[in-house]
Amino acid sequence: MKKFVLRRVIAMVITLWVIASLTFLLAKVIPGGPFTKEKALPPAVLRNIEAKYHLNDPLWKQYYDYIKNLLRGDLGPSFRYDALTVNDIIKKGFPVSAFLGTIALLISIGLGIPAGIISAYKQNFWQDNFVMFFSILGISIPNFILATLFMYFFSLKLHIFPTAGWGQVGNIVLPAVTLAAYPTAYIARLTRSSMLDVLNQDYIKTARSKGLSEYKVLVIHALKNALIPVVTYLGPLIAAVFTGSFVVERIFFIPGLGRYYVTSIYDRDYTVILGTTIFYAAFLIIANFVVDIVYAIIDPRITYGSGG
Amino acid sequence: MKEDELFTPVTSEELEIKEYIRPGVGYWADAWRRLKKNKLAVVGLVMIILILALAIFGPIFSPYEYDQTELTNVYGKITLKHPFGTDELGRDVLTRVLYGARISLAVGFVASFINLIIGVFYGGISGFAGGRLDEIMMRIVDVIYGVPILLIVILLMVVLQPGLKNVFIALGIGYWVGMARIVRGQVLSLKEQEFTLAARALGASRWRTLVRHLIPNSIGPIVVTATLLIPNAIFFESFLSFIGLGVSAPMASWGVLASDGSRAFQSHPNLLFFPAIFISVTMLSFNFLGDGLRDALDPRLRK
Amino acid sequence: MEPVIDVKNLRTEFKTYAGVVKAVRGIDFKIYPGEALGIVGESGCGKSVTGLSIMRLITWPPGKIVDGEIILDGKDILKLPESEMRKIRGGEISMIFQDPMTSLNPTLTIGFQLIEMLKLHRDYTDEQAKNRAIELLDLVRIKSPKEVFNQYPHQLSGGMRQRVMIAMAISCEPKIIIADEPTTSVDVTIQAQILNILNDLRSRLNSSVILITHNLAVVAGLCNRIVVMYAGLIVEEGLDKDIFDNPRHPYTWGLLKAVPRVDEEERERLSTIKGLPPDLIAPPKGCPFAQRCSYAMKICFEKLPPYFDIDREHRVLCWLLDKRAPKADRSK
Repeated sequence: MKKFVLRRVIAMVITLWVIASLTFLLAKVIPGGPFTKEKALPPAVLRNIEAKYHLNDPLWKQYYDYIKNLLRGDLGPSFRYDALTVNDIIKKGFPVSAFLGTIALLISIGLGIPAGIISAYKQNFWQDNFVMFFSILGISIPNFILATLFMYFFSLKLHIFPTAGWGQVGNIVLPAVTLAAYPTAYIARLTRSSMLDVLNQDYIKTARSKGLSEYKVLVIHALKNALIPVVTYLGPLIAAVFTGSFVVERIFFIPGLGRYYVTSIYDRDYTVILGTTIFYAAFLIIANFVVDIVYAIIDPRITYGSGG
Repeated sequence: MKEDELFTPVTSEELEIKEYIRPGVGYWADAWRRLKKNKLAVVGLVMIILILALAIFGPIFSPYEYDQTELTNVYGKITLKHPFGTDELGRDVLTRVLYGARISLAVGFVASFINLIIGVFYGGISGFAGGRLDEIMMRIVDVIYGVPILLIVILLMVVLQPGLKNVFIALGIGYWVGMARIVRGQVLSLKEQEFTLAARALGASRWRTLVRHLIPNSIGPIVVTATLLIPNAIFFESFLSFIGLGVSAPMASWGVLASDGSRAFQSHPNLLFFPAIFISVTMLSFNFLGDGLRDALDPRLRK
Repeated sequence: MEPVIDVKNLRTEFKTYAGVVKAVRGIDFKIYPGEALGIVGESGCGKSVTGLSIMRLITWPPGKIVDGEIILDGKDILKLPESEMRKIRGGEISMIFQDPMTSLNPTLTIGFQLIEMLKLHRDYTDEQAKNRAIELLDLVRIKSPKEVFNQYPHQLSGGMRQRVMIAMAISCEPKIIIADEPTTSVDVTIQAQILNILNDLRSRLNSSVILITHNLAVVAGLCNRIVVMYAGLIVEEGLDKDIFDNPRHPYTWGLLKAVPRVDEEERERLSTIKGLPPDLIAPPKGCPFAQRCSYAMKICFEKLPPYFDIDREHRVLCWLLDKRAPKADRSK
């Protein structure tokens, strides 16, 4: 177990370093990139940039400073707005996105897993077809289309929810549902196929042969085994919620990190883009790491290795 | 014949006539049969062929060009002359959607193909070589897998500037890892089976063994993964377009059309509606087909 | 003596895309207390399906028991409601499955899997159940049962896992233990141990054992009565001395001949039964073995033979036993 954790930590550190270096490389090396001196920038911004990035220093020193800054958590000033730093933007936007994202995650787990279980247990009956149909819709319809559709029907036509903005309970519903659509669908399918696999295993036959009720067989024997692959999906799930947030926050005008990110892309605010990317990447990599640990804890085959 | 007379032994000729063994069904024939039974998969396949036909031949039959503006008829309604209406520059939406089909489908197929080739060879070589080389190659895959690819893609597009060529590059960068892992897994398990040994014993070189024997036998999962990569690529392209990083105007993929359309959809829903329908139907169709292929080609589900 | 279980005209079918497979086509047998019955036959003959049918573990889709009666304690268990049947499963009839590697739940401890059964069928407290479980592990000759109690299946060897399965099966002192190929997935030395354990338990608990296998050698050691199945039917049934000393069905002859003997002349080819089992979707109207039988007569292809009684316990499904048939020379 300790070996497992150690290996993961090392992998994590390496990956983070790779990303940091990659972003640095992209910024510096590719011609026409953000830090070439020909750009016409407002003097205030230019001063900030020069001060921060020492553009006259040799490359390796810039890299060294860059990494040092990153380790301190300093992501630099905005390229476009002289009063803002990247950290400011992240501090403002991330809590909003995190809140929305958490709700979406809870919906997708709370809805997706039971749907998948029912679907597997009633394979080929109407419950299965129903769940499968909707889940294919959920993974096939891009969320910006869903978002606009929802907004059209529920806000504009039926006036049930407000169109945009943030701050009231009503603002959360449509964005959260839109954001949750793809993950819910994916989890439902994954749970179903995992559950089907498990239900075909011999140890389920054994459990039934002991005279256990179907409920006990499902919940005590099947579920734990079936959920293990679903847990491993949690990492990519969080990533999907992030990328979904870019779209959803933009359409529903939610002041989250996703929207700032997209705006910065439009504005070509390079430092914000790079800094936010690193932030997202770091967050995802750490989230993946945590998920891996949780997975190792639940699966006794990893915790206890193969002894005996 | 009275029953008593039946108690004579049967001759060997008579025995042979009575022999009947149910003919075995080959793997591909069985898979095709199973696929045909899956209604959704068949619908998906039909739709894909239909959309492909529209993409290839549609624009040829259209009286308009995709960038032909008609400033006297902006935001035109749906009429016989313009079955999907016109956009903010008076361009015919139907034509643009058909051209968009070409671009989006091209992105889908090409991106999927690039990832397929890279993934198959990377995974094949890694699995076949085994040992240190395999370990190193897989470590690299693990690192790439841990990196959120979409973020890198976004970064790349920001730096490289939007454009069709760059979209291909960006999409080809990271999505081959899934395919590589699957192919490697297949190769590893096939490597141990006896026909590989037989091929080597007959003097096949290692390259030949890989290409002629191991890879063809992994085709099942490869086909399924490749099919499912296509809607992913289409999705990512439309996503990139939505945040302004896709192909550049006036070239319009479905993603660009939908993105533009989503801005004006409150007053002119047709601008979003039609591209959105096409994207959704295409992705649905590929997903149905991919699912159906996966079920049909799964050897465990035989019989 | 009353039989513990009386199986009458059991028919089980499976629906597949190619048609309905008639896996078990009308079999009858009885088992008496304390007996060991061996059900022998090649893969696909319906022996495992018979075992699963007795436990009513045939799930629909695609399988269904379509006819027959199984009388246990005077009741037909095929007609019982599911809730009643669950009490019987594990409580009065239990089953040991073939592959110990996959038959135990990998995410639950051995102890849990044992206790759950004990608490289900008996009113034990946790403490009592734990003690009983450790006793059982000891009974199946597992060293250090207290450690094993807390371990997970993947930490045990194949032989140990099989013994855990046996411990689970006997934990509620069932009247009947069905062992489906208990020795097939383990190596030879463990095989002997397992058979020993089964035999031991049989005499100790006075349970009956149904041993399902394709391996005649296994049956010879343990079973006092043997049923030979082929293509969903019983083709011969008798006491062990009847089957080994006086077999009368050509299939049984083939099976016995196919067992390689250490003392045979080296020049002899290994004997096999030529041909393949018949298609059970469209089973032949006559004797199912006719196609492969060196003694086949015309009537064998026309009509299914009736059972001919040779001895008190010995019967055979074969036209050769009819008085009109020519004498069959076994050495052919």
